[in-house]
Amino acid sequence: MKSLHGTAGMLAVVVAVCGCSRQHKAAPAPQATAVGSALVVSSGDKQLGPAGAPLGQPLVMQVNDDQGNGVTGALVMFTGPAGVKFDPSELLTDSSGQVSTNVTLGNTSGRYQLTAVTNNKAGHALPVQVPELAAGYQEELGYQVQRTYCSRCHNPESTPEQVSNHDNLSVPPHSFDQGDTYNKLSDADLTAIIGHGGPAMNLSVLMPPYGKTLTKAEIQAVIAYIRLVSDPPYQAPGLVYAKQ
Amino acid sequence: MRTPNKLWNSWRGLFRDPIRPFGISSALLLIVLAIAPAKNHFSEWRQYQRGYLKLIRNRPDALVLQRHFEPGIHQIWLPDLGVVDRCETCHLGLTETSLGDIRMQPWSRHPVIPHSMQQFGCVICHRGQGAATTVAAAHDSTLSPDEPILPARYDEASCGQCHHVALEGTPTLNQGREILARYGCVRCHAIKLPDGSAEQPTDEPPPLTHIADKTTREWIYAWLKDPKSYAASATMPNFLLSDDDARDISAFLIANSVAESGDTATLKVASATNADPTAGASLYGESFCASCHATQNAAGNLVGGDLGPELTAVGTKVKPEWLTAWLRDPKIYDGATSMPHYRFTDQQLALLSGFLESKTNSDLLANVHLDAATPEQLAHGKQLVEEYGCAACHEIRGVSRPDNYGPELSRVGSKPVAQLVFTTGMAETLPAYLSNKIERPRSFGPGLHMPQYTFTPAQVDALTTALLSLTDRSYTLPAKMRIAAVQQTAYEPAGRAGHLMTDLNCMACHRINGHGGDMAPDLTWEGSSVQKQWLDAFLKNPNTLRPALIRRMPRFNLTDEERATLTDYMMTVYQNPTIDRDAMPLRGYLPAMVEHGRELFYGKYACQSCHMVDPAQDKGYIGPPLSAVGSRLNAEWIFLWLKNPQQLRPGTIEPDRDMSDDDAHALTAFLMMQTGSGNKGARK
Repeated sequence: MKSLHGTAGMLAVVVAVCGCSRQHKAAPAPQATAVGSALVVSSGDKQLGPAGAPLGQPLVMQVNDDQGNGVTGALVMFTGPAGVKFDPSELLTDSSGQVSTNVTLGNTSGRYQLTAVTNNKAGHALPVQVPELAAGYQEELGYQVQRTYCSRCHNPESTPEQVSNHDNLSVPPHSFDQGDTYNKLSDADLTAIIGHGGPAMNLSVLMPPYGKTLTKAEIQAVIAYIRLVSDPPYQAPGLVYAKQ
Repeated sequence: MRTPNKLWNSWRGLFRDPIRPFGISSALLLIVLAIAPAKNHFSEWRQYQRGYLKLIRNRPDALVLQRHFEPGIHQIWLPDLGVVDRCETCHLGLTETSLGDIRMQPWSRHPVIPHSMQQFGCVICHRGQGAATTVAAAHDSTLSPDEPILPARYDEASCGQCHHVALEGTPTLNQGREILARYGCVRCHAIKLPDGSAEQPTDEPPPLTHIADKTTREWIYAWLKDPKSYAASATMPNFLLSDDDARDISAFLIANSVAESGDTATLKVASATNADPTAGASLYGESFCASCHATQNAAGNLVGGDLGPELTAVGTKVKPEWLTAWLRDPKIYDGATSMPHYRFTDQQLALLSGFLESKTNSDLLANVHLDAATPEQLAHGKQLVEEYGCAACHEIRGVSRPDNYGPELSRVGSKPVAQLVFTTGMAETLPAYLSNKIERPRSFGPGLHMPQYTFTPAQVDALTTALLSLTDRSYTLPAKMRIAAVQQTAYEPAGRAGHLMTDLNCMACHRINGHGGDMAPDLTWEGSSVQKQWLDAFLKNPNTLRPALIRRMPRFNLTDEERATLTDYMMTVYQNPTIDRDAMPLRGYLPAMVEHGRELFYGKYACQSCHMVDPAQDKGYIGPPLSAVGSRLNAEWIFLWLKNPQQLRPGTIEPDRDMSDDDAHALTAFLMMQTGSGNKGARK
């Protein structure tokens, strides 16, 4: 009876170990059959998606040779900050020299700097930085608010669903990703412009005030969205300590 | 006496000294006593607290952070909500605004949210075991009834526990709830909400009681085999039927169909007389069919609205005589349809049905050859219709609507992992189970009837989020925290005008007194807003108020009498009780005041950003053009609108400019002078 128990226990252990090993077995890394000399982003960079969720479009990279033609069978590896997942994280280029991976960003909002790497003939790594943007609750709210109230003038792109008013204005507004413009303005400046209109900061009168239409939280959310999408990236001011 | 002696001897042999045992037992006692403090000292959470102190030590803001830091277990205790959360014991930087640059868990700052952590705790949103003090027990425990942490991508599900109304900040949840209602999920799976109401479907599956009048058995067969092969935007899922099953169901539906009065099998279809070949397409455009119906363009993209069915290959589906009768008066075939009764002339009917009949897909029925059905096949067809719960959505003669056809999902978001059956290769969590069930419902075992939907990954995530919001906790949280969804009222317009509005299905697009659609403006206060002559002229020939919109009001060929009925009713009934629309005159403003208004319009308020008054010069393209606003709106309405637009139409994007009465008066005077030339019918 005792030996039976022992056998059953051992069996259970063996099964458990097998189960574990099956779960943890990583897929074997694909072997490169060719190398290229340049790695470029094809599409899917600078996407904005909810934090922790997969981005809407796959990230597509292309490996080129010296003549700029796609290379088939080159190995591309993706890495990112903690929390970022790639599906798959390493793969070989297809017949057009492209690789496509689905990206899930981390759980915190902000800008994620991803890296794609392929090796050239000399065996040197060719890293390429690909930025992607994760929106938290506040940025997501800001995105929705600006889509309703701001983007018809601030977004120069017209779609059949939303015709842009950008080019109709005698002083064209700045698109929200223009970091060179927005990064110079502090949160207080932006709050003043949104709340009291362009003239509050000596800017265009065509920008109306939204202080009585939007709530404080909505205005802050729009600012958080602008900070997230700005290019070059926005650097929050550090703390200032008075010297004693 | 030997035995005690022997015992004494062995005692002495062991310790030699009679005092020594006390020493040893004291030492043992001390060691035992030290175990608890040592365990405490080396506990996981203390390591995280030490790690945090190390992290902040050399930062410029170290002083502030160190002052905020308190050692020991931190706890948020909210007896009303059933929350005992010790998460902040390790997650020390949650409320530190200066830690925005730290992404490393458990010390990163919490993103900005509209609630205070001290009022809501952590587990209400993130799930997990709040009282646990080890990482594994707090985050990953799946012991029933414990819940593991909710993956961040489904966070919005937690908002949905209290917020049953659509929030601006939860687009994923809103989309998921919309799918639940639109794709008929809630027709099979009941979803009851904590306040006693239930999720209601928003789709309109057509009745199949007299379907033989509308279409052929071959089309039904092809549709049943794969709805997407007929229409890319079909909301009916694929039931993965075998050829024989589709043959028998189609035979049953046709045989079961009984002609009703008004059916059209014998109707003569007239073809359009001496018409230009593009006239049908123009009429389709002019009637704004595309506001509700989509068609595929040459590039394969769907263009048009999704209120009605896609019409890309409608000519392959419907019988010409049915189509003509339907376009003449859709309510005869289906009394509950949202399609308006357009009042087309016979020539228009012929043109439009001819145009729609030409929209075909020759591949769809090319290989469908069905023999006459045997009685066994018909019986089998009926059996399948009952088995697959077709009557949960469609009205079918002789088959009653099944109650609770699918499992109820009212609390599916709290289903314990122990009750779930996983397939091989999937993560053993509730979110993974739900999303797999949505994506591959039949892979969970043989004999399952749930059909196959074609959702994008984003739609699957949204639907999973909506299902995860249906938790036990949403029932146990205090009722005062619940924010109910905005329910449609039961408002119906009365009298002759009411009949007319039902016939025209005005409320499919317009909302009145809390009832109706949201495609077109709310008409609850239309009578206070517009001038009567304008309304009459608009109903006669709706011109475009907002050029930037694609979806527009169609023309219904109303008779003079019908227009008068509608106009009188709307001008009398749809008034805001606080607005006296005649309080300000339509004409006769002083030129100086008008001029002042012009200056305000172009200067101080820069209205030309969004509106045009002089189409030759102004370019604003967001709000409606105002070149004829003086013959459209009442002066009092304009004045009150300028004072506070959101009060008259909640949610309008025109900003509230906090205008003084004087400025609003002057602007109103200026705008009332803009009587335009585009509105000839409005003023003589």
